[in-house]
Amino acid sequence: MSKIGLIIKSEYLRRVAKKSFILLTFLVPILFAATFFIPLWLSGIDSHREEHIAVVDRTGKYKQVLANTTDFKFDVVEPLSDAIGGIPAAGNYDAVILIDNDLLVKPSVTIFSEKQVTPELKRYVEQQLAVFVEDEKLASYAIPNLKAIVEQLHTEIEVTTVKMDENGTANLSSSEVASVVGLVFMMLIYFFVFTYGSIVMNGVLQEKTNRIVEVLICSVKPFELMLGKIISIALVGLTQFLLWLLFVVALIFAGGYLFDIPLQPDFTLDNPNTMAEMMQHLMSINFAEIITLFLVYFVGGYLLYASLFAAIGAAVDSDTDTQQFVFPIMIPILFAMYAAIYSIENPDGPLAFWCSMIPFTSPVVMMVRLPFGVALWQKIVSIVVLVITFLITTWLAAKIYRTGILMYGKKVTWRELWKWIKYKN
Amino acid sequence: MDFLNIADVSKQYDGHLALDKVSLTIPEKSIYGLLGPNGAGKTTLIRIINQITAPDSGTVLFKGKPLSQNDVSRIGYLPEERGLYKKMKVGEQALYLAQLKGVSKSDALERLKFWFEKFEIQPWWNKKVEELSKGMAQKVQFITTVLHEPELLIFDEPFSGFDPVNANLLKQEILALREKGATIIFSTHNMESVEELCDEISLINRSKVVLQGNVAQVRAAFKTDTYTLTCEGVFRGEELRHCEVLSSCERNGATTLRFRTPSPNEVLAQVMAGHKITAFFEEVPSMNEIFINAIKGSQHE
Repeated sequence: MSKIGLIIKSEYLRRVAKKSFILLTFLVPILFAATFFIPLWLSGIDSHREEHIAVVDRTGKYKQVLANTTDFKFDVVEPLSDAIGGIPAAGNYDAVILIDNDLLVKPSVTIFSEKQVTPELKRYVEQQLAVFVEDEKLASYAIPNLKAIVEQLHTEIEVTTVKMDENGTANLSSSEVASVVGLVFMMLIYFFVFTYGSIVMNGVLQEKTNRIVEVLICSVKPFELMLGKIISIALVGLTQFLLWLLFVVALIFAGGYLFDIPLQPDFTLDNPNTMAEMMQHLMSINFAEIITLFLVYFVGGYLLYASLFAAIGAAVDSDTDTQQFVFPIMIPILFAMYAAIYSIENPDGPLAFWCSMIPFTSPVVMMVRLPFGVALWQKIVSIVVLVITFLITTWLAAKIYRTGILMYGKKVTWRELWKWIKYKN
Repeated sequence: MDFLNIADVSKQYDGHLALDKVSLTIPEKSIYGLLGPNGAGKTTLIRIINQITAPDSGTVLFKGKPLSQNDVSRIGYLPEERGLYKKMKVGEQALYLAQLKGVSKSDALERLKFWFEKFEIQPWWNKKVEELSKGMAQKVQFITTVLHEPELLIFDEPFSGFDPVNANLLKQEILALREKGATIIFSTHNMESVEELCDEISLINRSKVVLQGNVAQVRAAFKTDTYTLTCEGVFRGEELRHCEVLSSCERNGATTLRFRTPSPNEVLAQVMAGHKITAFFEEVPSMNEIFINAIKGSQHE
């Protein structure tokens, strides 16, 4: 086995066997599934308790308006003269609704309760009374069939978006679905580049500070050592990503089966077509292309940043010294994330276009553009630029790494790093 | 035959000359002491031999041929500042380091078994490095340095962190390695062990070789014709001819005299005439004194 292969194997096995890796790999999907299921489960718990509500109607007009429901039972009671304001003691009831005046004149009622009044009750009372009062108003115009006319007036227009591809075939598309898909892949790249980039940096720094590197460096070339570390950590990242995906899918199916919870939120019940439509929108996105390009941009973006992180780890002596160098690297990644979020609004605009060409932001920004469709030449240019850039940064990083890894106790500055790059060996 | 031939090697770092035309020749199957104060350029020279860095000028010949990248598997290096992966198990780590040197897994396992038994450290195989004491970790590092049976071994301060018992064990192992045919470069500040182990030395100060040669010859060259004599009776030595008395001291009716002379026999004859001599020896300077004198001497230039 080649030396670089040995390094990758040893490093990979060591990191995958770490407690923190195993813990994170198992906990994240469980937390994810929990956030998915617990609200569904809680909402599924039968929490019905009929609330008794007294209605004190001084006008006598609205006695029949508030019909009983499964949650609320309304009792119309006579106003008592001895209680304060004519309100009966709330003891027997959960709440008391006081209708003091004609709602046509002054549209206000009061709900008294010893507990916090639930929003459901408030909404129900508002809605029922409003409908009644509206009807009353309409009737007061004395125009025949006015109610039917008003109902006819109410219009809702449904917009169907269709995306034409080069062959002229129409695909149903949805910008909302495309945005969500883009965002998910964008966050994944952002998360991996950032997290695993810092893991590379800390790994290099650790090897330097505990001086194992002094031993390693006479067996392998610094470049092999650096590349071995970068590649093995990328593989650890991909392993974690894959395991998460498997766990999440398995847990969602298992959970759905165990709790017998419909996997679609309730709105599908109102509109049985939504789910089918959503599937259609999802199908209209070319996932094979997106996942392939995701891997390309993941590898490219990761190599670009990880090599820079490795160079920092090699250049400094301790954790606290990393800050001044990490900051300038963090800025483009952070900027890329914000640019990506704004690009969703206008995936073919100048910000989206340029940020998906610049190699320091393209892996993140391109992810949100892909579901909307990107011209082939743009993809090619963006990838070529990315590949060229990561070759350059890896080469530069190797130069810094080679000098820095055996340099102790020297306060490193940007000038110093530039000198190291210029050294020839 | 010359094992390693270093000729006119210079290396400059950032305006600072780390090595200035250093030349030295290391004979095969010898222990060669590379001495010098901190920052003299020893580590740079060792890194050049290990091909971690290349010299700006000069040549390094390994058995008559220029060094090539393949030669790293023929070199074993125990650095002064040495570390191991703290979270990795001892056996696993030793195996990994051996494989990186190009030893096959089965060979490495066999040799590790041999060394672990020899040092009586088999129970550590599955321990993590962080559980070991410093001396224990040093033993493991020594094993990983010699495991690929290199022809050239470079030990940088090998005894630091060892108790006297284990330091002695290590000394015996180093001598045994030479017997088996290895050539050894030995860098240390411990001059006693230089006298004990080294055949030849180079003393480097401020990037230059200031002293070089066979240990016995170097010591002979630094002799100052100083002798110590002990005899019975009170004796001041003022009347002795051809002799410069440096000190004399009396204790329990015996006299110890230090003096410098070009003709010790003549001085002895004079003393013998009146006193019984109980001890007489020539003061050969220790490597420690030579080291200090040579460094001082080169500093004054």
